[in-house]
Amino acid sequence: MRRPRFPAGSPFQLLLLACSFALAGYAGVRLLAGDWWGVTLWFVGAALLHDLVLLPLYAAADRALVRGLGARREWVPYVRVPAALSGLLLLVWFPLISGMVERRYRSATGLPPDGFLARWLLITAVLFGCSALLLALRLRRATKRRPPAVH
Amino acid sequence: MFPAYGRAMRDDPLLPSSPGFWRSPLRGTRFTSVLGLVLLVGITVLFVTGLVSYAAYNPGLSPVNDKTPDKGILGFYLFDWPTGPHWLYRLNQGVHVTLGITLIPVLLAKLWSVIPRLFALPPARSLAHALERVSLLLLVGGALFEFVTGVLNVQLDYVFPGSFYPLHFYGAWVFFAAFVAHALLKTPIALRNLRRLRQEDEGQGEDEGQGEDEEKGEDEEKDILVTPRPAEPTVSRRGALWFVGGGSLLLFATTAGQNSDALRRTALLAPHGGGDPGSGPNGFQINKTAAYAGIDAAETGEDAWRLVVTGRTGTVRLSRARLAAELPLYSAALPIACVEGWSTSDQWWRGVRLRDLAALVGYDGDPPDLFVESLQPRGAFRKAALRANQVADPRSLLALYVNGEELSPDHGYPARIIVPAAPGVLNTKWVARMTFGDL
Repeated sequence: MRRPRFPAGSPFQLLLLACSFALAGYAGVRLLAGDWWGVTLWFVGAALLHDLVLLPLYAAADRALVRGLGARREWVPYVRVPAALSGLLLLVWFPLISGMVERRYRSATGLPPDGFLARWLLITAVLFGCSALLLALRLRRATKRRPPAVH
Repeated sequence: MFPAYGRAMRDDPLLPSSPGFWRSPLRGTRFTSVLGLVLLVGITVLFVTGLVSYAAYNPGLSPVNDKTPDKGILGFYLFDWPTGPHWLYRLNQGVHVTLGITLIPVLLAKLWSVIPRLFALPPARSLAHALERVSLLLLVGGALFEFVTGVLNVQLDYVFPGSFYPLHFYGAWVFFAAFVAHALLKTPIALRNLRRLRQEDEGQGEDEGQGEDEEKGEDEEKDILVTPRPAEPTVSRRGALWFVGGGSLLLFATTAGQNSDALRRTALLAPHGGGDPGSGPNGFQINKTAAYAGIDAAETGEDAWRLVVTGRTGTVRLSRARLAAELPLYSAALPIACVEGWSTSDQWWRGVRLRDLAALVGYDGDPPDLFVESLQPRGAFRKAALRANQVADPRSLLALYVNGEELSPDHGYPARIIVPAAPGVLNTKWVARMTFGDL
């Protein structure tokens, strides 16, 4: 009878990972020298927040979009693309767009802090506008191509 | 082998541990490979430009330049930062920050493409596999930590737990340690996938997930990334890659312009995009205003301000008028380039040469290092050290004028340092005291 055994795996891989952990440990000790709890929270939290919150959220939103459009499946990209691009800009520039760093931004840079929201909204409008225009063109072409009997 | 993780958990499509839970027909090692190879190149450039930026601070010269003094062997590569070409730091930091922002969609897409692996069962097939999964936490956590701290720092949103410099520097090393291991393990597979992809595209066009049985078993990822229960596709693999590229392009287009005065208005969402603070000769980008730095106007007036220069032959005190009268004025066209990844085009500075000031206090023809102190009462870089090669460069000035006018308070009136290729924070504003001598 064979006992189940936990194999070691590739020696090359083990050696490589040992080196990697040694370097990560050397830097990690220094990374954690200050507020070790806060840094650990940010480090691990970033991965968890992405994998367990952000990704499921946008995946669910996309699934809802596909379901919601139902039979008009070919419309999906015309909503998905502008929405995702606009969301991406919001994600990256959230501190500026939301105005949460407004006071520091103004006093440090001497620049007006209130243009970001308007510019983001403008870009979003242009993205959806272009998308709608492309969809309209496509629908029009499809209608023209249809045989007259269908009208 | 692991009875606790029964077949039921692996086969129930309601659980993320089941391959059938993940239904996008896009997923597969080929999609992941393309994104992975882009990141391999991109992140390597980010890491190198990051290290170069640290060297640009001349951290070995003086503790005031070094925010990570306990770096140990991680500073093995440091070198004396040169003064030419004068746009060196501007280019390095522009690439570092702009490329980092541009890669965000690629990173997100890459993480999306491999998410089924996070939940894969059994959690470990071998010791090496178990360690690889621990390493992936450092890889994913490290990547997100670096991108998040970088993106927040350029927006002046200092919410992270500590000072930006040590977090971003040591975090980069932790991340890079895991990144190199991951790259060495996966790049051969990714390259093979890409070759296959090209052959396939030249041959019978797109044919995903099929026709590869003759080579199966070589990379075990294929089995789990390609869904056994594909949903009806809404976009082709190529379309999805264009989509990711489009996201990158949009971020690039709304960011890159903050590195040029002419294109600044195109950087619609970047922190130093949109426009300039005011107009006229002093209407170019400011890192920290006089008010932010706590500069008292009473200290900078013609009667109050005296530049204190110390060297081999003692100390000299100079008013602004005497400074301009006693030493020849020179001009230099140099940019301001910030670690935050924005820069100005060349501004036309006018002032006295640093090496002439050195000569004034006994270093005639052999300028030494220089220690500069600002009037600024607090803040990270109110003191800065410059190396002898920077002091000796004829373009290195203690500037009194810019673009034909007096410096404005926000640009460092009564006098500021400007050195070619140096990071912005080493171009000390509101200079009060200069001490020449070997550091």
